[in-house]
Amino acid sequence: MKFDTPATQNPIDRMTVVGKPIERIDGQMKTTGRAKYAYEWHDDAVPYAYGYPLGAAIAKGRIRAMDVTAASRAPGVIKIVTSDSMPDLKKAKRNTAKLFGGVDIHHYHQAVAVVVAETFEQARAAAHLIKVDYEESKGAFDLEASMDAAIKPKDGEPDSAAGDFAPAFETATVQLDQTYTTPDQSHAMMEPHASIAAWDGDALTVWTSSQMVDWWRSDLATALDMDKEKIHIMSPFIGGGFGSKLFLRSDAVLAALASREAGRPVKVALPRPFLMNNTTHRPATIQRIRIGAGQDGKITAIAHESWSGDLEGGGPEVAVQQTRLLYAGANRMTATRLAVLDLPEGNAMRAPGEAPGLMALEVAMDEMAEKLGQDPVAFRILNDTQVDPEKPEKAFSHRDLVGCMKLGAERFGWDKRNARPGTVQDGDWLVGMGVAAAFRNNMVMPSGARARLDREGVLTVETDMTDIGTGSYTIIAQTAAEMLGLPIDRVAVNLGDSRFPVSSGSGGQWGGNSATAGVYAACVKMREAIAAALGFNAENIDFADGMVISGDRRVPLAEAVKDKPLVVEDTIEYGDISEEKQQSTFGAHFVEVGVNIATGEPRIRRMLAVCAAGRILNPMTARSQVIGAMTMGVGGALSEELAVDKKRGFFVNHDLAGYEVPVHADIPHQEVIFMDETDPMSSPMKAKGVGELGLCGVAAAINNAVYNATGIRVRNYPVTLDKLIGALPQLS
Amino acid sequence: MKSFTYERATSVEAAAKAAASHDAARFIAGGTNLLDLMKLEIETPTHLIDVNSLGLDTIEATPEGGLRIGALVRNTELAADERVRRDYGLLSRALLAGASGQLRNKATTAGNLLQRTRCPYFYDTNQPCNKRQPGSGCSAIDGFSRQLGIVGVSDSCIATHPSDMAIAMRALDAVIETVGADGAKRSIPIADFHRLPGDTPHIETELKKGEVITAVVLPKPIGGKHIYRKVRDRASYAFALISVGAVILPDGTGRVAVGGVAHKPWRLDTADAELPSGAGRVTRRLLLDAQPTEHNAYKVKLVERTLGAVLAEAKG
Repeated sequence: MKFDTPATQNPIDRMTVVGKPIERIDGQMKTTGRAKYAYEWHDDAVPYAYGYPLGAAIAKGRIRAMDVTAASRAPGVIKIVTSDSMPDLKKAKRNTAKLFGGVDIHHYHQAVAVVVAETFEQARAAAHLIKVDYEESKGAFDLEASMDAAIKPKDGEPDSAAGDFAPAFETATVQLDQTYTTPDQSHAMMEPHASIAAWDGDALTVWTSSQMVDWWRSDLATALDMDKEKIHIMSPFIGGGFGSKLFLRSDAVLAALASREAGRPVKVALPRPFLMNNTTHRPATIQRIRIGAGQDGKITAIAHESWSGDLEGGGPEVAVQQTRLLYAGANRMTATRLAVLDLPEGNAMRAPGEAPGLMALEVAMDEMAEKLGQDPVAFRILNDTQVDPEKPEKAFSHRDLVGCMKLGAERFGWDKRNARPGTVQDGDWLVGMGVAAAFRNNMVMPSGARARLDREGVLTVETDMTDIGTGSYTIIAQTAAEMLGLPIDRVAVNLGDSRFPVSSGSGGQWGGNSATAGVYAACVKMREAIAAALGFNAENIDFADGMVISGDRRVPLAEAVKDKPLVVEDTIEYGDISEEKQQSTFGAHFVEVGVNIATGEPRIRRMLAVCAAGRILNPMTARSQVIGAMTMGVGGALSEELAVDKKRGFFVNHDLAGYEVPVHADIPHQEVIFMDETDPMSSPMKAKGVGELGLCGVAAAINNAVYNATGIRVRNYPVTLDKLIGALPQLS
Repeated sequence: MKSFTYERATSVEAAAKAAASHDAARFIAGGTNLLDLMKLEIETPTHLIDVNSLGLDTIEATPEGGLRIGALVRNTELAADERVRRDYGLLSRALLAGASGQLRNKATTAGNLLQRTRCPYFYDTNQPCNKRQPGSGCSAIDGFSRQLGIVGVSDSCIATHPSDMAIAMRALDAVIETVGADGAKRSIPIADFHRLPGDTPHIETELKKGEVITAVVLPKPIGGKHIYRKVRDRASYAFALISVGAVILPDGTGRVAVGGVAHKPWRLDTADAELPSGAGRVTRRLLLDAQPTEHNAYKVKLVERTLGAVLAEAKG
């Protein structure tokens, strides 16, 4: 199905199943341990062997020699595959860091060997016995020191401009020129990357934890130099990804190579420290923001420049992205610059671009509001735009930032905020409120699905779509149930299998809308097939309560399949419509914090998010997405930082004891409100994404609240007590 | 994890003897720290002596009016003990500020005293660390040291002792009872139990080879207000950036021990003596010889302000 005109009335609009807060249909399987995650696939009849990876002990250099003598003799060892025994594996286009092969070391914990043994413990013990002789070379590990050497990245739009920024800024009555930094961050999801690989002749099956099944299939084929069609990927359950599992990782490659060498199915899970130094992370940024406004508070000039680093051949963190679209202002510019750093690969993490970008921009807006003597909510509303400010002829498909701000302010009790910082105290706590806009672009991706109606009247949907904890299973079932007029328990959903039609996958908050739109397309075909089988005119037909209805004629759905099941397949594709209007999602985050007056510990007191993201397909799973994102935002604001050892070139705090994500005690109260809206430009579902929107702006709202509480402005994240303690008031 | 042999000790004396007769033996009780370290091959014992069946799991009143806490009393049990909560509130609060419910269910009193530093470089076997591999150097001093020690440090090591419980024990003047490999019993005041790193940071306590901790004895309660204040980036399940354990008597005198600043629970008589004069003077005494790094210099002010809050609470 080609989606090239705005959606009109369609069966989803009935909202009898879609839009209902239905519990996850896979929830019981997960809570009772029956949902099998990648490493858990097990068949007693299969002689699995266990692979354990060894990571490079240096950040940059080459392997002079590897000695596996002792490791090979260790108990239970079946095979050791070393990087220096093979050329660099061919790098897939989506990977920056090489995953295996060759003698060159490009980053710390780059995989240099995998030991295969009868048990996990034997493999791990033997891996410690491998001796590697390295020749170390000097690397660059400090973003700030590398700023001057940063270049304009080849891809994307490193520069943007409209009007004439410089003179407009210079002549602006009120000016802000500040620099902010955000640190490297880790996805830190619960389930580490893990794969089981099994060969059958020249065919390979990999059970893995992938957000994007077809990308992994293609990229694994490239890495192994084999035919994609010979690879079968299974990824039906995923214990969190946040972007870390978008692109092929070393676990799948090592499992495949090890299995081929060992002649047995091999399981490989990446040890936790590998998550930080072997896989990808959100790169640190340095961001300079300049805003100029008239005394009336209208922005006349706005500039956002961002610097980040990556390995040679990598890409930048596009932290300026939202600044091109979020606020009005005739004179504007953005610039993105990229330095080469010899740290592990920087890449997408939940809301890449906007998440760190808004951490800076929305603090700058708060600072600007203060300079202007304006309320931060009012200042944002004043500078709202309904068109792309760089291309005023391009309108937003639907934009209700103002509605989010107004409703949020009312619900949160924003009017009780004292605009003078450092003046509200509750016992030992300085109390403050902060606000930030949430913004994330809405991307759409082609997505396919297959639908099968069997003689029992059960509709089965199959797509290689993944559920990374988001609720894909449930919203897909809701979509199919709505389309065919079935109760949800008559719909079965199978996901994450490369034998199914290629879907949008899960990433960039495009999965919910895109994958259900693909299911919608397949279900439209199914309705036609049912109509044809029953001799109905497909135009004037309705599906409800398990019946096919046309005028007075009502036939049970099962009638259509009494001779043979019906199977249809379709893919939603997008015409130019996604380019005609600017599609984005919007929100407002309100946060109240307390900062301990003695210690400077910042603690969340309550949070509210208001989201405008098109039709909400399931308010329960959508809420879960948003509160999870808000929690991640708390980590981003207050604790999460991969500490760079600038001398040795690696992330030092590479486990979950050192890399602190929020715990329950950090999250006392969260509330989420969804604006009641649809966006007919996004897809037949009229939905958009919320999974990343929920994160965008959270950290800035927290930081602004800390400022309101203390009068201390922290411009280098995370906002930890050591940055506050020197400026807190004297204790009596 | 390296292969090791394993035995269940049947008596304290046998455990001590067994430990002394192996080159690299370790006692195991809760295993909450040791097993992690073994998986990472930071600890590579060749022999494990399981002491869980030795009894030593009761809390008894002493004739002097104190408490004798068996080495194997779990942290959960100790924190919940009515006498501890009534007379040694500081200890209960410190315990509950540490780890998680699950870990406290397993972790023992003796094991808690013997837990090893959480310095991230100690945990990465690719990096030099004098504590893990004597003579290899210290990566932390010029590396990432935000969590690490500021006082009593050396050119070899700036690691901290991570225990909350030990801070309370130090303020309460606990005494550690042991049995040596030769069967001899000793009582070691906690002040002397943990060592400063000096140039041998791998030697962390005064325990001799084979020596088994059998109990920790608390002297007669001294009354006063018992306050434990742990300061950290997140609200739970994190090691202290710093912590302050204090017992403050109605006349303003008392005791204070500080965690997160040194290789051992940090308490000085000269600092205690300043308690009636306020947090500033106490801190100046406590941290007189502080040598913070660029990353952890904030701890000096943090100790003073936290102590200030603790003293205010004690008054209030």
